[in-house]
Amino acid sequence: MATILDPAIGAGGEDSPVDNYLTHTHGWKSWAFTLDHKRIGMMYLVGVTSAFLLGGIFALLLRAELFTPGPTIPLVSHDMYNQLFTLHGAVMTFLFIIPGIPAAQGNFILPIMLGAKDVAFPRMNLCSFYLWLGGAVFFLAALFLGGLDTGWTFYTPYSITTNTAVVSATMGAFILGFSSIFTGLNFIVTVHTLRPPGMTWFRMPLFLWAIYGTAIIQVLATPVLGITLMLLMAERIMGIGIFDPALGGDPVLYQHFFWFYSHPAVYIMILPAMGVISELMSTFSRKPIFGYRFIAMSSLAIALLGFLVWGHHMFTSGQSQMSAIVFSALTFSVAIPSAIKVFNWLATMYKGSISLATPMCYALSFLFLFTIGGLTGLYLGSLSTDIQLHDTYFVVAHFHYVMVGGTLMAFLGGVFYWWPKMTGKLYDEFWGQIAAWIVFVGFNLTFFPQFVMGSRGMPRRYYNYLPEFEFYHKMSTIGAFLLGVGLFIALWVLLKSLKSGAKAPANPWGSATLEWQCSSPPPHDNFSHTPTVGDPYDLESTVYDPKLGGYKKIASPAPAH
Amino acid sequence: MSAVTEPATHDHGDGHHAHHPFQAHHFETMEQQYDSGKLGIWLFLITEVMFFSGLFTAYAIFRSYHPEIFVAGHHFLDKTLGAANTVVLLFSSLTMAWAVRCAQLGQRKGLILCLVLTLACAGTFMVVKYFEYSHKIHLGLVPARYFSFVPGSEHHGHEGEHGDAKHSDGHADAAGHADAHATTHDPAATPDTLDSTTAAQESALLVHDQVEKAAIEGKDELPYRIGLFFSIYYCLTGLHGIHIIAGMIAISWILRRSIRGDFGPQYFGPVDYVGLYWHLVDLIWVFLFPLLYLIQ
Repeated sequence: MATILDPAIGAGGEDSPVDNYLTHTHGWKSWAFTLDHKRIGMMYLVGVTSAFLLGGIFALLLRAELFTPGPTIPLVSHDMYNQLFTLHGAVMTFLFIIPGIPAAQGNFILPIMLGAKDVAFPRMNLCSFYLWLGGAVFFLAALFLGGLDTGWTFYTPYSITTNTAVVSATMGAFILGFSSIFTGLNFIVTVHTLRPPGMTWFRMPLFLWAIYGTAIIQVLATPVLGITLMLLMAERIMGIGIFDPALGGDPVLYQHFFWFYSHPAVYIMILPAMGVISELMSTFSRKPIFGYRFIAMSSLAIALLGFLVWGHHMFTSGQSQMSAIVFSALTFSVAIPSAIKVFNWLATMYKGSISLATPMCYALSFLFLFTIGGLTGLYLGSLSTDIQLHDTYFVVAHFHYVMVGGTLMAFLGGVFYWWPKMTGKLYDEFWGQIAAWIVFVGFNLTFFPQFVMGSRGMPRRYYNYLPEFEFYHKMSTIGAFLLGVGLFIALWVLLKSLKSGAKAPANPWGSATLEWQCSSPPPHDNFSHTPTVGDPYDLESTVYDPKLGGYKKIASPAPAH
Repeated sequence: MSAVTEPATHDHGDGHHAHHPFQAHHFETMEQQYDSGKLGIWLFLITEVMFFSGLFTAYAIFRSYHPEIFVAGHHFLDKTLGAANTVVLLFSSLTMAWAVRCAQLGQRKGLILCLVLTLACAGTFMVVKYFEYSHKIHLGLVPARYFSFVPGSEHHGHEGEHGDAKHSDGHADAAGHADAHATTHDPAATPDTLDSTTAAQESALLVHDQVEKAAIEGKDELPYRIGLFFSIYYCLTGLHGIHIIAGMIAISWILRRSIRGDFGPQYFGPVDYVGLYWHLVDLIWVFLFPLLYLIQ
């Protein structure tokens, strides 16, 4: 039913129902077979965080190994090293970053932000989670069936001939692709058909625009990865020869197919992050977002332009000069919508009343790191400099600045921002901020030296290196462990809040988007009464109420509803 | 989305009716539910098109690299069986569309009959496909690495338009041949997991030398690398076949629900969605048939 009239609800909406989505039903079956988007989102959150931990352990092993030239730590041989960087990349990409924000936070937040009771296809949503789990199992199986040493890109012809578990890993990635498609499809349909009255397209919070743009890429690009990986499996099992030069096939064709998905996938990773940042910037500057329509449209522009630039991964693979030039030019065009967003966020902060709460610390880190990551991308998009920088640590540093400095910071910012809503608990703000700054410093210490050594010719994916690079590698390794410490503190802050955190008010930050209108944690049906849809960035519509410990809506002359 | 008359009139007629038993809790109206499903299935069809697009791209690229192997290869495909399958699938699209109409009109018996006919057509298609596949596999007309067809072992004519197989790209030079040759016979590179072509494999190694040699010298009419044609043939038709099987499962599910009497003028979405999927699968075959069987 549309509206459940509860007599206990106060007029201001600061109801405190005893029943919420966590206590609605009990037992493990109520989680395993749940169709509630909030529970699925939470299961995703636990899943992707575990994957992140696994990928992080691989990263720390890699960095420890690179602390000195030659063999450094026992057990990590040359071959083991190849497997570690492959699995680090594959786990982080397919299991963590791609589903990280859309599937975990998007699942939880999107329907509530939209004012809907659930996503359009709750069963498909649950199926998507189990596909994710299935994909993860195949990845783990690959780990035990001889590992994987192709690099996360599975480039042919090596991936055809290596005797590691390529089929298991590609099967995992294939299944994860379907998980991603189902999530994207669900979100597009939800945004189209489940908007309540009053929620027009241009009243949607920018997080929804970003997720919508992401979903378009997921639906259009992921199937191409599916067919590519399927052909790779057929190559290994049936010897079809399409990618195998020994049989007349074309390995560069594999690269085209792979990057036709995997470059747009980069925007699957970063667009939702940008959506989170738009919410954080406005809330913590206590100012309406600047340039709403530009940010919304730039999300779609990035989604569409992202499909036209895959060739910049093959500047040195022997593609024609003409296509290299065209791809280079198109690559630069992506900088425009990205810059539009960055400038609008800056303008949002300008003369705002900025609060340095934990989520905002991550948002500021994002702004700083994403800008560096984006600008160094321009060097790689230029043909002449790319020839020099291709396959060096410069590339590694660049995409870590975008993926970790961008997506991970936004992921953490989003988790801290929505944590009170998701769990109903307030975390320790002081330690939250400390962790954020340790993460920021550790991250820069890890990856900034990589720009330097990359531009001086240190190739990526090497087990050994010349003594002149030792200083940079040492700094990088120390930074990586510092980053790890920061992340563990952040995890500890969150987990501790579950045990001893204060009860969260409905709206601790004073945001104006709909998810803060329902109680924390939200009730099973999201809203005990149909929310009033207003301007999502009208922050003056909320005022701090010391009695609640949070913000409440000003009893304004409500629109007739 | 496209207009849906039945649920709409249903809502106009009676504002305070009880919920339809198949209306999910998070939808306000049956119409909203139907529209969501319809948009969902169209998006899914887009992903299917993108999925097949990779293979069609591979087809286009290899046809431009090696046009001669496509022309030579297609002579081994049985046009009669292919045409018969095309007719069967087109007819199944008709019965599927009819099934949707029956569901909308609440004609339970007609719906069941149409779905059974559609299933029967799909089954016929797969049986024909089975005979085509097994015949080719028996002859050794299998994907590139295991290709072991011996010219002359079968009466099918390759008309000799390509007696002098001219290779227009860099892959086919003499060095490439030696290379390919070595790889093919490397026992380590031969997976032992192949079930369906085990018999073909056994003979493969024996005859491979002759075929390779003949091809190198250009004396045989089979162009070099013709195995790639069969790689693409099996990938395209195989993936299509998997979709037919998936469609059969979906239709069986719809059939079961039809027998239970779930569908009627107010609720026919699932029949409609499965129907759309089935039409796409047919449409893909409509492209595959000329591209593979009817070249030149």
